[in-house]
Amino acid sequence: MASVAQAIRMALHYGEKNLGVKDIFGQDVGAPLGGVFTATQGLKNAWNSPLDERGIIGMAMGIAMTGDRCVAEIQFADYIFNTIDLLKIAGNTLWCTNGQVELPMVVMTPVGAGIFGSVYHSHSFDAWASRLPGWKIVMPSNPLDAYGLMLSAIKDPNPVLYLKSKALMRHKGDELIPGEPVDEKELKAMIDKPVQNAEGWKPRWPDLEEYMVPIGKGKITHSGEHITVVTYSRMVHLCDEVAAKLAQEGISVEVIDLRSIYPYDWQLIKSSIEKTGRVLFVNEDTEVTNFGEHLAYRATQELFYQLMARPRVLAGKNLPGIGLHPNLEKNSVPQLTDIELAIREVVAEVP
Amino acid sequence: MSKKTTVKAGSKPSAKKAAKPTAKAATKTSKKVTTKADNFGGLSEEILLRMHDLMVKSRVLEERLIKIYKAGEAYFWIGGPGEEAFGVPLGMLANKGQGLAHDWFHLHYRCTPTLLALGMTMIDSIRLIMNRSTDPSTGGRNFANHYCFPQWNVAPVTSPIEVQYPIACGTAHAQKRFGKKAISIVTGGDAGTAEGDFASALILASRKGQELPILITVQNNKFGISTPFEGQHGETNIADRARAFNIRSRVINGNDPVESYLAMQEEMEYIRKTGKPSFIEAHVTRLYGHSSADGANKKTHMFDPVFEFENRLIKAGIISEKAAKKIWEIYEEEGVLAQEKVRQEPSPTSESVWDHVFVGNENADWRKF
Ligand SMILES: Cc1ncc(C[n+]2csc(CCOP(=O)(O)OP(=O)(O)O)c2C)c(N)n1
Repeated sequence: MASVAQAIRMALHYGEKNLGVKDIFGQDVGAPLGGVFTATQGLKNAWNSPLDERGIIGMAMGIAMTGDRCVAEIQFADYIFNTIDLLKIAGNTLWCTNGQVELPMVVMTPVGAGIFGSVYHSHSFDAWASRLPGWKIVMPSNPLDAYGLMLSAIKDPNPVLYLKSKALMRHKGDELIPGEPVDEKELKAMIDKPVQNAEGWKPRWPDLEEYMVPIGKGKITHSGEHITVVTYSRMVHLCDEVAAKLAQEGISVEVIDLRSIYPYDWQLIKSSIEKTGRVLFVNEDTEVTNFGEHLAYRATQELFYQLMARPRVLAGKNLPGIGLHPNLEKNSVPQLTDIELAIREVVAEVP
Repeated sequence: MSKKTTVKAGSKPSAKKAAKPTAKAATKTSKKVTTKADNFGGLSEEILLRMHDLMVKSRVLEERLIKIYKAGEAYFWIGGPGEEAFGVPLGMLANKGQGLAHDWFHLHYRCTPTLLALGMTMIDSIRLIMNRSTDPSTGGRNFANHYCFPQWNVAPVTSPIEVQYPIACGTAHAQKRFGKKAISIVTGGDAGTAEGDFASALILASRKGQELPILITVQNNKFGISTPFEGQHGETNIADRARAFNIRSRVINGNDPVESYLAMQEEMEYIRKTGKPSFIEAHVTRLYGHSSADGANKKTHMFDPVFEFENRLIKAGIISEKAAKKIWEIYEEEGVLAQEKVRQEPSPTSESVWDHVFVGNENADWRKF
């Protein structure tokens, strides 16, 4: 099975071969490195930009204005903050020009904790991103979705933020990307740059097929009856693990992988809450002010009389940073035990 | 530039029509092209008269916009009176059109002269400042002079200062790949060069072997809003900063339309020939101060490029005093009539706030997901 990094690479290859992607660029994105997480190795149109996040986003906007398709990378989301007004402008350009100027650009950036990256390699960006009207925002949790969401992002005529979890970069899924060789070693030999003697290396791309995950559509990763857990990205796996554990005790947890932050799949959330009467929102961005809070607000407004318990948000603690020592990181973003406790609490609540 | 076709507003004169000044009929052209004392850099009488006509048109329009603001018919004014001698030749020289085979413009809010030279009508500028739904640039959504004309590759003017510089590198990059010798042109103010985006553009435009076909310009009117040049600059010329990046650069008197024309023509030719960037710092006058924020009153002690050029043409016998006066009158009347017409035009509807958040008016309201 491909890793998330390999899936992104294959999607970008598919994009440059079939969807008109002419530029894939950012810091260290081109040869020789192919990205700090290897997600852009061997791509024909990948190139290195100067170390200048604002330059990268500005350039992407200019390229998109001409109608050419590009995928720009910010090396770590932790460094996207100094481009925030440019992201705002990219999101408002269509609106400000009354529908005249489209910016069909993709910005991808690694987000979140889980790799002990300390203060400046653990930031989340989903809550910030959700406040950039005009953007679509996606956050895959597995390789197949990473592939399908990237193709959708490239095809979308609007700016799309593609937030990829740093901790999931080497994560392997259990579903093959259409066209991917079954043997994982074979895939590696084909598309991974050799660690040594890589000079002159060229990838041999598998015969990939188009596979789209529609933006705005979530997915149930674990069905259940007693509580709905709405999450995305890295936290999907933690929630699934807890759901599997609790199932043995007869606590039936429905886990929803939202996959898109905006637009988001309210109908899926709604029908699940209508079934379970209880809901927990889990993500690792800081709790004040969190995207999960918006969803909890909406659940309260629209489903108040169908709820059996107060909706809860479990998120990262409202701290200035995530400390390097595991004791610090683990007490900053939700862990398995936190999720388990929160689920038990909501399930135990009696109206 | 991609363009939405469902909403159409405002008049869009054709390229041909736009190139001809509408008040030209009023000029009585002399056969004599130049006097000995002033040969106008060898520019033809036709070019000189067109420049003059457009400069007058631009001045009259901007003064009309100020009147509209002062009469309470607009919320804000900012514009380019005093920058006509730079802006008009810039618009006249460009390879105008839509798509990568044509030049791209990344202008700031003092660019009315350039837009008029490209063919914008006075009424479309008035529609913008009076925030009517007929405003072709923003549909009544944005400030005065925040123009956008996809049919001439005019990128939307942005309020944040200086972001247009790296964006211009993006269009220049796509143009270079396209290979048809079209260039990107970016304009901005002197104070704005303190922003990092200015440096971003110098870096992106000048990388060895990856140089971009871009004309980077700064209109140095010696002021931010109220901060004088000396208050933020240690460098002698802003153009010197381009030299550090091996970008060919020069300082020009942007108050002289002839010098501006010739310099820009030369630099554009250089960029088209070499595919490399060039930098122009133009010294200009900020004749009405910063914007309505500081009163928008004429600074009578300052050099006025339109009057000075007009006098020069009169002195050289290229235009008569009477003919020149007539041009002012024709445009004044056009402006008044346009304002009266726009007053009757519709405003954007309340519900239209949700239009164009996403392409194709895809649902943007989370209440409806
Ligand atoms: C990023 C940003 N900061 C501040 C402002 C507010 N502002 C508007 S115009 C201006 C001064 C710009 O001066 P300069 O670049 O010299 O251009 P000029 O207006 O003189 O042509 C400022 C500070 C802004 N629009 N954008």
